[in-house]
Amino acid sequence: MKNEKAVIAAAGVIIGLIASMLVFFGNPVNMGFCIACFLRDTSGALGLHTAAAVQYIRPEIIGLVLGACAISLATKEFRPRGGSAPVTRFILGVFVMIGCLMFLGCPFRMILRLAGGDGNAIFGFVGFALGILAGVAFLKKGYTLKRSYKMPSLEGQLYPFMQIVFLVLLVAAPAFIHFSEAGAGPGALHASIVISLAAGLIVGALAQRTRLCMVGGIRDAVLFREWKLLLGFLAILISALAVNLILSAATGTSYFNPGFAGQPVAHTDGLWNGLGMFLTGFGCVLLGGCPLRQLILAGEGNTDSAVTVLGLMVGAAFAHNFGLASSAEGPTANGKIAVLIGIAVVAVIAVCNTRKKADA
Amino acid sequence: MKRIDARGLSCPEPVIMTKNALASKESSYEVLVDNIAAKENVSRFARHQGYQVQVEENGDDYLLRIEK
Repeated sequence: MKNEKAVIAAAGVIIGLIASMLVFFGNPVNMGFCIACFLRDTSGALGLHTAAAVQYIRPEIIGLVLGACAISLATKEFRPRGGSAPVTRFILGVFVMIGCLMFLGCPFRMILRLAGGDGNAIFGFVGFALGILAGVAFLKKGYTLKRSYKMPSLEGQLYPFMQIVFLVLLVAAPAFIHFSEAGAGPGALHASIVISLAAGLIVGALAQRTRLCMVGGIRDAVLFREWKLLLGFLAILISALAVNLILSAATGTSYFNPGFAGQPVAHTDGLWNGLGMFLTGFGCVLLGGCPLRQLILAGEGNTDSAVTVLGLMVGAAFAHNFGLASSAEGPTANGKIAVLIGIAVVAVIAVCNTRKKADA
Repeated sequence: MKRIDARGLSCPEPVIMTKNALASKESSYEVLVDNIAAKENVSRFARHQGYQVQVEENGDDYLLRIEK
C-alpha cells in the first residue's frame, strides 16, 4: 500500500515536470497538458469547427492513447470492452467539454493553471469539487450506467489505430487539415512534434500504471477515505509549481505569475469559472473518470471511453460553432445558457440512472 | 457468504458494492470483477477495512475472496 502511494507521488512529480517543460518548449502558458484544449484543437484541425486560433492535431493526445495502449498490451490489460450506455456517455462527454471550455481547461489544466499562479482556477477548483460531490451523492444512492461487455478485438483497437492515422495526418499535413497560422492563437503555440509525442507517451504510460484520475482523487477521498489518487493530483501541482519557479529563475521569463487579471488563456469571471467546472466535475463522476482517464481507458480498449472522447471532440466543435467557448474577454451569453442546460441534462442523467437498490 | 458480481461496472462502483456488502458483517464474501483496476481497488478497500483478500484468476475475470 505504501509502495503504491510512493509510485503515484513519483509519477505525479514526473508528470508535473513534463507539463511545465512542454510550456518551455513551446506550448501555450499553463497548458503543458490540457485534454479539453488539445481535443478541441484536434477537432479544429479536422475541420469540425473553424475557429482559426485553435486548430492543431496535438501529438500529446496521440501519445497518451498510444502510451497507455502499449503498456496495457505489455501487461495484458488491453481488453476490448464496451456497451455500457454509450449514447449517454457520448452526451456526457459533449457537456463535460462545454463545461471545460467555459472555464478554459480540463481538470488537468486546472492544476497547471494553479501551478502557474492563475487565481481564477481557484474558483474553477471550488466548482469542480462541488460537482464531484454532486456526482458522489448519486453514486452513493446506486447510480450506474450498467455493465460493459467483451467486444471483438478490432472494436477495442480502432480508437488507438485512429491515433496513428492522426499522426500521419499531422506529419503529412495535407491541405484539408487546418493548422492555426503563427500568431493566430493558442493553436499555433506548440512544442515540436517529437517532444510533444514523447511527453504524451510517457505520461500515458504513467497514467495507465497509476490509474491517475483528476476526479477520482476527491471522489475516492470522500467515498472511501482513500487518498491515493488525490496524492497524484497534489504531486502534479507541487511539481509543476516547483518547476515553474525553477524555470523562472533559470530563464528570466516568469513561469509563475500570481494574480487574476491577464492570465494566459483564462478569464476572470469567477462564477462562470466555477459553474463550468461544476458541470465538468459532475459529468466526469458520472462517466467514472476525468478526460485524461477516458483517453487512457480508450487506449486500453475500453470503447465506452472511446465514445466519451468522441463526445468530447464533438462537444468542442459545438462549443466553437455555436459561440459557447469563453475567451480571455470572458464567457459568452450562449456559453452560459449551454452550461446551465448541461447541468440540467447531467442531473437528469444522474436521476434516471439511480435506483435505491442497484440491481445491475 | 455473500457473492457480488461487479463485472463490467465502471469505477468506483465495484468498491461501492463491496462497501455496502461489508456492512452486513458476514464472515466471508466473494467479489467477481473483470479488470485489474477494479481488482486492485476492491482489494485495497477490503484490506483497509481489516479483511484478508485472496485473488483467483478465473478466465478473464478475477474472483476476490474476502475474509476476516
